[in-house]
Amino acid sequence: MPDIRTETMTVNMGPQHPSTHGVLRLVLELDGETVRSCAPTIGYLHTGIEKTAEQKKWQQVIPLVERMDYLSAQSNSMAFCLSVEKLLGLEIPERVTNIRLLIAELQRINSHLVWLGTHGMEVGAVSVMLYCFRERELLLNINEMLAGFRMFPSYMRVGGLREDLPRGFHSAVTAFLDRFGPKLDEYEDLLTQNNIYQKRTQGVGVISRDDALAYGLVGPIARAAGVDYDVRRHFPYLGYETYDFAVPTQTAGDVYARYKVRVAEMRESMKICRQALQRIAPAGAYAIDDPRITPPPKDRVYTEMEALIQHFLIYSQGFTVPRGEAYVPVEGPRGEQGFYVVSDGTNRPWRVKSRAPSLLACQALERMIVGGLIADVIAVIGSIDVVMGDVDR
Amino acid sequence: MDASALIAVLQDAVPGAQFEAAPSIDLQTTMYVTADALPAVAQALRDRGDLGFTLLAELTAVDLWPTEPRFELVYIVVSPANRLRLRLKVRLNAEGAHVATVTGIWPGANWLEREVWDMFGIVFDGHPDPRRLLMPEDWDGYPLRKDYPVQIRKTPVATEALQVTAEEFRQNVERDRLTRT
Repeated sequence: MPDIRTETMTVNMGPQHPSTHGVLRLVLELDGETVRSCAPTIGYLHTGIEKTAEQKKWQQVIPLVERMDYLSAQSNSMAFCLSVEKLLGLEIPERVTNIRLLIAELQRINSHLVWLGTHGMEVGAVSVMLYCFRERELLLNINEMLAGFRMFPSYMRVGGLREDLPRGFHSAVTAFLDRFGPKLDEYEDLLTQNNIYQKRTQGVGVISRDDALAYGLVGPIARAAGVDYDVRRHFPYLGYETYDFAVPTQTAGDVYARYKVRVAEMRESMKICRQALQRIAPAGAYAIDDPRITPPPKDRVYTEMEALIQHFLIYSQGFTVPRGEAYVPVEGPRGEQGFYVVSDGTNRPWRVKSRAPSLLACQALERMIVGGLIADVIAVIGSIDVVMGDVDR
Repeated sequence: MDASALIAVLQDAVPGAQFEAAPSIDLQTTMYVTADALPAVAQALRDRGDLGFTLLAELTAVDLWPTEPRFELVYIVVSPANRLRLRLKVRLNAEGAHVATVTGIWPGANWLEREVWDMFGIVFDGHPDPRRLLMPEDWDGYPLRKDYPVQIRKTPVATEALQVTAEEFRQNVERDRLTRT
């Protein structure tokens, strides 16, 4: 019998592969079905947002940063506002802080729902996708109610919020929370004990605790590997220390553990949302009372000269931010995120740098994929929840 | 732990290194360190039990053009065990800006350093994979430098798809078949 000649095969996965969540390209070297090496190539979605931000006034940067990590828009803009407010040295009213916290937690549920839906679909559970997007629709409706915009509301402003909460906001959020709890049980019924799902995810894409830290992984991926690090708990912001919630962790570090962590996080987020709702009065201050930063309400602009001048100044010249640098970390849906902003004392930022959790998760992909099967690559990419807008910026 | 306490610990771990505390208005204790002392300081930050900065959260640069030293490298490191955050900064001159890599200490720095090289043209000595990260390989210039123009028009370098005739295609298939058997 002649010798069988073997050789590895190089396969280009992406950048247009539907399961790569955007334009991620993986150059895989395969030995049969086993992955021997993996080289992620990124940059296809690079739009130079950081450079663009340097040309804009401070408040004009908010819509830009919302479009970086497009699944957690409000979390991005909140992180940016917190950093700028730190530079300005503003004291934000407690009601605004609580509203921001509530919106950030709803955003986390929103992002996790998209993740659960797409990840479920990729490993063969298509019905989960339909259910998750059904509930996400309600969250998008709440966004629309807040700001008239579903994906990128730009509701956060430096110094507070764009306007007060709309009428019926409390009941809309309560209705969502009441509905969502049983629905979450439904998703878990479909997946948690599902034999096919377990076989497909347990022991796949494992990363150890030490590796997770070394590669700068944060958020659900790291917590699934046993890293007990959550910015909300370790470095509280927005008064998270006064809320009662748990930080779920797992130790396996595989795809299944990440699923467990994210589902548990959604439950914790619901708990936080209910607590926050109780603290938010239906009407009250929605921004700081500072004529340099907060534009006057529209009815005053139309009737008073001073308000018109103030409005014109803010929208034509913006406001200046004292010289300095600030970075306020927040716990976004994908882990620690934040904006390192540098000001030179003018009305435009000197430098805006986004800490992108997806970039580091993408870097660690190689670690999780090599040695596994090619069929598992899709499950692993899904489990780290990369958003290419955040990777490439 | 404030900057002076941290500097005292680090001075003990890395004798001879020069530190300079800087004002900070956020959670991050801030200090400057000289470029040549960076690897030793990074090693001490990660490995000393009372510090334990095991997580490199962010690595970026700021271009202060036209002042000199022109670049400031910013390392934000976190110690989850001790709940500490530190912003370590390194000043670099414009002329031949380079610094030693920290990929040996925090492997996650690999892509972050590539991004800084890509955007600012700062060289990381000893980097295992010194290529551009986000911009195309053949790109000219470093986009986030302040003297890099914002509104420019560049003629795209088109990379056309490989065109083969039907005859060439058949030959290729035949050749592949032969090499496989």
